Formats: sequence, structure tokens, C-alpha cells
Amino acid sequence: MIEVRELTKYYGFKKVVDNISFTAEKGEILGFLGPNAAGKSTTMRMITGFIPPSSGTAVIGGFDITSNSLSAREKIGYLPENAPAYIDMSVYHYLEFCAEIRGFSGTQKAQKVRDTIDRCFLSGVTHQTIGTLSKGYKQRVCFAQSIIHDPEYLILDEPTDGLDPNQKHEVRLMIKDMSEEKAIILSTHILDEVDAVCSRAIIIAGGRIVADETPADLRKKSAMHGAVTLSLKTGDTQTLLSCLGNVPDVKSVELLSNEENNIKVRVFPEDKNSLLADKLLVTLMENKYQVQSAWVEQGRLDDVFRMITA
Amino acid sequence: MRTTKVLNNIKAVFKRELTGYFGSAVAYVFIVIFLLLIGFFTFNISNFFEVGQADLRAFFQWHPWIFLFLVPAVAMRLWAEERRLGTIELLLTLPVTLGEVILGKFLAAWFFLGISLLLTFPMVLTVIYLGSPDLGAIFCAYLGSFLMAGAFLSVGIMTSSLTRSQVVSFIVAVVICLFFILAGFSPVIDVLSGWAPRWLIGLVSQLSFLTHFASIEKGVLDFRDLLYFFSVIFFMLFANAVVLENRRTA
Repeated sequence: MIEVRELTKYYGFKKVVDNISFTAEKGEILGFLGPNAAGKSTTMRMITGFIPPSSGTAVIGGFDITSNSLSAREKIGYLPENAPAYIDMSVYHYLEFCAEIRGFSGTQKAQKVRDTIDRCFLSGVTHQTIGTLSKGYKQRVCFAQSIIHDPEYLILDEPTDGLDPNQKHEVRLMIKDMSEEKAIILSTHILDEVDAVCSRAIIIAGGRIVADETPADLRKKSAMHGAVTLSLKTGDTQTLLSCLGNVPDVKSVELLSNEENNIKVRVFPEDKNSLLADKLLVTLMENKYQVQSAWVEQGRLDDVFRMITA
Repeated sequence: MRTTKVLNNIKAVFKRELTGYFGSAVAYVFIVIFLLLIGFFTFNISNFFEVGQADLRAFFQWHPWIFLFLVPAVAMRLWAEERRLGTIELLLTLPVTLGEVILGKFLAAWFFLGISLLLTFPMVLTVIYLGSPDLGAIFCAYLGSFLMAGAFLSVGIMTSSLTRSQVVSFIVAVVICLFFILAGFSPVIDVLSGWAPRWLIGLVSQLSFLTHFASIEKGVLDFRDLLYFFSVIFFMLFANAVVLENRRTA
């Protein structure tokens, strides 16, 4: 378990991270979200022991990162922002160094390096110098470095930054595959990513935690959540709108588009848990409307994100 | 248990540094330039052959001056490069102590300088061919030169941790090294005399690399000279750790 206790960091007189506390259990993928300069990287740097906190601490698998740093660091795999790597080394030599420093030697070391190269799809560039690799490969080399010792705790700062959609997908699959026996914290500002991989999301803004929920619960905060979007064929917009407006439990109706008798409307409910779609469809059927499609909105994360961080 | 781990970590950092050197052009450029310069000064400026003596005085007297520029050039990247690439964040979050990393880096660079020194062996073969030199004195001179290189290097690695710019690191290192070379001589002493107390002048004049190197070069292995170089190295590496620790808290 990673236990973050009241972490605070000042740069000069500026409070960059303000009293952040949370825990991450094994089996969890914790998404760390926030606008740029919200304090994501600073928090991760404190958890991994790169910079000491002004106050508070992080306990990693029972070891305090400030007082028992070495033992805590042994348990962590860390992918820093921008995926730094030694540009004048070959991929193989670099991973060999990482394995050595993690305490492996001999055949076990060679085995670890080979396994990691396979897992991160690096076999094509094993003996290439890291400086000559593309951004996507560099990112994967740095990712490989973080998992080579099969750590219990993984801290990934923007692991898919700068990757193309295919590579993003691959990295996300890798992260998901590993999540069962590890606690993973990953920071991102890509909201799709939270949906795709995270089991829990923490949103921070201005150095403070402003939300700590599952992505589904977060989405419920969206104004869109529970609204029904309908598309149907009719010429008479006004009649339709008043008809929908009279359905019980409807708060408001929004006309989205009206093209050649093809109308798209969104109906917002009074109470998000009511079965609005059912009531709407019954009413529309009674009035002989032809419904082309109807779906219930789940809400959008970026709306919620903007709502609570702006 | 802990000691093997410390040694293992130092070895891993040491190995990585060396592969880094030989993976880029730095190592080869350095060795070639070092050998060319030392040859040029020995034969063309000191007129090694015309002097008609089977010793290596003409060769060793140039070492401090060549090291003055070449060693900071080797040292300047040690931390500045880590900072520029961002790899310092990786390195310092690995389960290694700052001391292990500094020692590993320092020993790797020192080892590399040692290799460059060893590659001057044709000079020794030449004097052996020409006459019967005092081999013990030559060995001592090499040892002194190696220790002095280590002292220069420790200054360079310390200044490298001060900045992310290799150029700044290089210049500051050259200035500090120049001070160490000239400490016992008029340029530095003249600045001090007149206002500094006598003990301070005495202390500063004892700090010169040149005087300590000269006494070893003569073939006299004095414990105080060895102690001098090792304490300079220790002090600079310690200062390096303090600088890094401070920059982390900032």
C-alpha cells in the first residue's frame, strides 16, 4: 500500500502542494489528474524520494520515504516526466545497468533484461543507442527501466505522453496487465486514459485534492449525466418540444439540430435516477413519433474536469 | 550484506559511466588530444631529445598544465549532463545513496584518466632505450600525476553539480584548478600579502598542486603529499554531496 500523508511542498513562499493525503492499494490503478502546474509531478517526486517534502510523508509498503528512503525506493518503479534516459548508451546496456543497481547479477540479470525487452516490445532496437530512438521507443525504454525489477509499486508520470494512438493502446494494455499484484499511480491530463485504465481518479488543482472517486462516479457529476438524446423524424419542431416538455420529470429540453425533418434533441431530467428514457419513449409512441435513436448520456469527464478545476 | 550492496552499487554506476564514455566520442577525442598535446609539449617545447638526459622531467612538467584544461573537460559533464537530460531524477530515485553515485562517477572518470596516462608508455620505453633512467622515480612521477589528475577531477565534478551548463562548469573548474596550481607562487601570494595574516599566506602556499607534485615527481613518496591529494579529493567530493543535497531541498 502507498500511503500519502499530508504532503506539503513550498517553493520559496509558494505552496505548490497543499496537504495532500490519499492511499493506493494493490490491484488499484490510481489516476492522478489535474491541469498543468497543479502539483502532479511535484507530488510524484516527493513520493519517489527525489525531492524531500516540506512537511508530511509517504509510506511505501511500510517504509517511510523520508526516514527509510533506500528500503522504500527499492519497492518503487518510477517513470519520470518526459521519460529521461542516457542517450549515449544502447538499450541493452542501459537496462543491464538498471538490473545491476536493483541487485541482480549473472544469469538472473540477463534473464530480467531479456524478459523486460520482450515485454516492452524493444527486441528490434536492443543494441541501438538510445539517443537515436524515436520518442515512442524512448518512452518504452524508460518504462522498461521502471518495471525491470517487478516492483510492487509503480509511479508513472504521464506514461503515454507523446505516443501515437497505437502505442498508447499498447502501453495502457501493459499497465492493465500488471495491475493485479501492484499498486499503480499514474498521472495524466488525458481524460480518455482515466476511462481506459484507472479504477480510481484523484483530481488535484492548485496543489489540493478536489475529487477522489471512481471515473464512473466522477462522470455522474456532469450536467449531462442522465440526459436522454433523441433523434427523430418530424417537421413540426414546436409541437415536439412542447410534447416532450409535458412529460413528467423533464427539467428542460434542448434542441441540438434540425436538418431536413431530422431533429435531434436532448432532454434533461429533474432527478438523474428516474427512468426518463422509458417515460419519453412511451409518450413519443403514444403521439405516433418515429424515433430513430435514443440514448442515455453517461456524462463527460472533461465537463466534470473543467467544472471542478477551473 | 550492506557492504556488498554498496560495492555492487558503486560498481554498477562505475560501469555505466565508462560505457557512457566509450559509447560517445568523448573518450576517444580526449585520449587523442591528450597524447598529441603531451607529445607536442615534450618534444617541441621542451626539446626532449636535445636536452640529452634519460629522464622524463621534460614530459612530466607539462602534466599540470595539460590537466588544467583537459580534466575539467572530462568532469564537466558528470552532473551537468544528468541534469540536462533529466536522468538525475532517475538516478537519485534508484535505491542507491548519493555517496555511492558520487564515488562511482568519480572512480570511473579517474580510471579513464588513468588509462590515458598509461597510454603514454612509449615515453618510458623511449628513455629506457636511450639510457638507463631511474625507473623508481618514473613510477613515482606517474603516481603523482595520477593523484594530481584525481584532485583536478574532484574539483571538476564538484563544479559540475553547481550548474546545468557544461560551459559554466568548465570555466569555474579551470579557475579553481588554476588557483590550486598557482597557490604557492607570486600571482596568488602577491594578492594576499599586505593584508592577509602570515598564517593564511602560509596555508595558501601549502595548497599548491605544483609543490606537492614536484616532490613526488623527484621520486620522494612523502606521506604528507599523498595525504594532501587525498584530502583535496575527499573535500571536493564531500562538497559535491552537499551541493546536490542542497539543490534537492531547494
